[in-house]
Amino acid sequence: MVDLVPSPTAEESAGFADSAARAQWRTVLRRFRRHRAAVAGMAMFALLLLFAFVGPLLWPVGLLPGPDAKAPPGGAHPFGTDRIGHDMLAAVLAGTRLSLQIALVVAVVATLLGVVLGALAGYLRGWVDATIGRLIDLLLCIPPLVITAVLARRSFTLAPTAEHQSNWITVAMILALFTAWFPIARTIRGMVLSLREKEFVEAARALGASTPRIVFRHILPNTIDVIIVNATVTVAQAVLLESALSFIGLGVHRPDVSLGLLINENKNELATLPWLFWIPFVFIVLISLSVNFMGDGLRDAFDPRQRRVRA
Amino acid sequence: MTPLLEVADLGVDFGTEDGVVRAVRGVSFTLRAGEVLGVVGESGCGKSVTASAIMGLLPRTATVRGSIRLLGEEMVGRPAEQLRRLRGNRVAMIFQDPMTSLNPVYPVGWQLAEAYRAHHRVAKREATARAVAALDEVGIPDAARRARQYPHEFSGGMRQRAMIAMAVINRPDLIIADEPTTALDVTVQAQILDTLVGITGEAGVAMMLITHDLGVVAGVADRVQVMYGGAVVEAAGVDELFAHPRMPYTVGLLGSVPHPEQVGARLTPIAGAPPSPLHLPPGCAFGPRCPLVQQRCTAAEPDLLPVTVPGGGPGSGHPGTPRTADGAAEHLARCVRWSELPGDRAARTLFEHAEIGSPLNAEPVGREGQR
Amino acid sequence: MIRYVLRRVLIAVPVLLCASVLTFTLTTMMGDPLAEWKAQRARAPEEVASQYHRIGWDRSPVERYVGWAEGFVTGDWGHTIIPGDGDVAVRPEIFRALGVTLKLVLVAEVLALLIGVAIGVVGAVRQYSRFDYAATGVAFVMFSMPLFCIAVILKAGGITLNNGLEDAGLGRWIVTAGPPPGGFGGGGVGHLLYQYSGAYLLPVLSLIAVQFALYSRFQRASMLDALNADYVRTARAKGLTPARVVVRHALRNGLIPVVTVFALDLGVLLGGAVITETVFGWRGMGLLIVQNIEHKEPWMVQGWMMVTAVVIVAFNLLADVVYAYLDPRIRLG
Repeated sequence: MVDLVPSPTAEESAGFADSAARAQWRTVLRRFRRHRAAVAGMAMFALLLLFAFVGPLLWPVGLLPGPDAKAPPGGAHPFGTDRIGHDMLAAVLAGTRLSLQIALVVAVVATLLGVVLGALAGYLRGWVDATIGRLIDLLLCIPPLVITAVLARRSFTLAPTAEHQSNWITVAMILALFTAWFPIARTIRGMVLSLREKEFVEAARALGASTPRIVFRHILPNTIDVIIVNATVTVAQAVLLESALSFIGLGVHRPDVSLGLLINENKNELATLPWLFWIPFVFIVLISLSVNFMGDGLRDAFDPRQRRVRA
Repeated sequence: MTPLLEVADLGVDFGTEDGVVRAVRGVSFTLRAGEVLGVVGESGCGKSVTASAIMGLLPRTATVRGSIRLLGEEMVGRPAEQLRRLRGNRVAMIFQDPMTSLNPVYPVGWQLAEAYRAHHRVAKREATARAVAALDEVGIPDAARRARQYPHEFSGGMRQRAMIAMAVINRPDLIIADEPTTALDVTVQAQILDTLVGITGEAGVAMMLITHDLGVVAGVADRVQVMYGGAVVEAAGVDELFAHPRMPYTVGLLGSVPHPEQVGARLTPIAGAPPSPLHLPPGCAFGPRCPLVQQRCTAAEPDLLPVTVPGGGPGSGHPGTPRTADGAAEHLARCVRWSELPGDRAARTLFEHAEIGSPLNAEPVGREGQR
Repeated sequence: MIRYVLRRVLIAVPVLLCASVLTFTLTTMMGDPLAEWKAQRARAPEEVASQYHRIGWDRSPVERYVGWAEGFVTGDWGHTIIPGDGDVAVRPEIFRALGVTLKLVLVAEVLALLIGVAIGVVGAVRQYSRFDYAATGVAFVMFSMPLFCIAVILKAGGITLNNGLEDAGLGRWIVTAGPPPGGFGGGGVGHLLYQYSGAYLLPVLSLIAVQFALYSRFQRASMLDALNADYVRTARAKGLTPARVVVRHALRNGLIPVVTVFALDLGVLLGGAVITETVFGWRGMGLLIVQNIEHKEPWMVQGWMMVTAVVIVAFNLLADVVYAYLDPRIRLG
């Protein structure tokens, strides 16, 4: 019966689709705002960003040990100092910034890589799909923590020199390239596999659209909700993975500071100088909790149950 | 004799985040033993919710008002345990999609035997024998072997036969078939319908046949009830309804069905889609899509009233309200302009104007399959 | 089924072959195993050369790979080679560590699965109830909690508990350094149970803390899918009791994905609960790999990664077989 209805002209349908898309985003925004935990998560995340990137300007204390050691929180050292006199507020500021920096880089790189490889595998199928699939299988054979540790181990053989003051970007790239993109690639591949059979893709193909145009203009916009939700979840996972890596001594090293490193340095002080453990711990939990809540709110707002692609 | 099923002023509301959805509004009808009632309408008109209410299968978020009497006993407000004993036993249901309605992890025969054992204290062996007999009854060849197979080893038509067998295994008084042939291939549809009608007819089981396809109803039902926007908009005997539709919506539905006499002519669909039960239009629910709409239609919703035939309608011979044997009004319509719809006014002439320049703010009618 | 398993084993061979090349590359990328030894003090060039010859590093990487692969297939997985690490044979050491990890992970995973499934099922059946919200909240916090922090906190709690017990004159119960290599001995069954529970309690708890949250979310989602499925509506329409609908129809289907995830996870965790083992001093796979990456012991790292790869591939296969067993729609062959 569908075909017998007079078909709208191209212009009309374009306008219709456009307003439908805008209405869709409004609905998403409304649903997100109604999700209290998600809004709280977003506010918390914004505060953490402010804390990490603006805070150091307001608290210009260096990362080098000072004269006060083992000072409890308060007074000249709001977060106290550790056993050799590092100011913990400065350390937590730097650590939060680095953890966020790593997590965001991981999320961006992994999302890009995962979306492109997943879309290629799903759209082109055949040997491209097989190759990417086997590559993921292969990389899944070795625990990510171990791959990362082995590679990170190598990067530290470079003694910190003038050019290699910092290894955080290495840690971030290793995390992104060797672990974080698989789930995104798999999800996108599945969605593209079913979307490529849809009528609107068929129509674009019939009109002679190029493959990149079909993939990037027609197919991927339909997966944007999944991409956004996955990217947020990746941020949370990257924070945890980085801190775990730094905790076993194979992640970020001094002179860099990350929250995981701080916990590793102070794990034995839990009974004697408890704030040295609890403060960075609370910050890790806050970052990943706020991001997880945001992701959950987004998932609900997009409501995949209504938009689920039928195979 | 009490009727088998008596539904009076049934209303079903769903509380949602966006407001109260009035899915069914003031539905009343009666079903006698052995009778086949066709319930027709587009998707979202409250047909399936009515069925679920009768089965007691509505989710906890639903509020039910009015009365449903089965064999004289009130069902609304009954304890869940009592309703359970009637489900599948006195009232059975057949669903739209046979591909998903059977549990994929159990053999078909097992699932039938389970339905029997839910209401009969018998040994597994006997229940299995019953299941095989029921499968045989609905025309599944080699039933004993098929009973041991899993649903995925059955074709769509075979699965729907199995669902029919499951519905009749406890010899219910009433079967509710919710779009039983919609999900099937056209070639299989007729066979399944035949099986369904044959088996219910033989056993004298009453049936409520829910469909959006008037063609299905035509050959099967005794009476037809058209639903729109959660309410009944027209009810009549099947021949009367097809010959003299008295509600523009019914006319439109008839116009949406291909007819051999109209080969070459265009079908005349109704523009737009049914209203969201969340935002019913003021007055007549069909108003926004109706070609005959007037000021008074949007002022207040018309009542469902008996159709009187002043000049002696065809088939009746004399003026007055045609009545059934027990005195109920034969033909009811919810339209203030019903008298302007004589039987020979075809959908083409009625809906032609609405088609041109119809606003594009609604999706096409046939979107059911895309959902 | 047997033919399917055989075919899968054959397919696994090239994957493992690629994995061996990849792991060898990774191991090589760790860098010169003698770098730190050389850095300790100035060494005569002859001494350095003889050490490189002893460990075989005077050969090309390709030769080293071929040599290792021959050894791996025939059962000689090499030894530790860095001066000062002793001369530990790789194979027995890995199997010892695997045994230690297996005990810990099996106990923790089975408990986590049971708890997670129970919570997930109740959460799905009572969707949006107070219990559901509470379970969801706890799962979220657990997801956002770094495992190593849970372990560190548990360990501190264990130490406090021990001190309290000692003050009460009862002696230490919690063991924070893993069970002794030879296992516990002495005393009756009760005493053994006391000793083993003291050693297992904290690491098992810390593993459960994360895993149960994962399983409960999976179970809740798959259970909701099942409860909303048409066949569950059919089951209710048949007039089955609510308990039978939930258990026989919804749960039977809702368990399939969770059990599959469980099998996959078990394989991954056998590669070591790295954090838990590090914190609680369990000398299992996790601690083994961390220590040997720190030392840059190439054959130990290489052997470890290959064993883990084999275990993970095997558990993938197991997951598929379990899936096919639970879901008759899947036909292997």
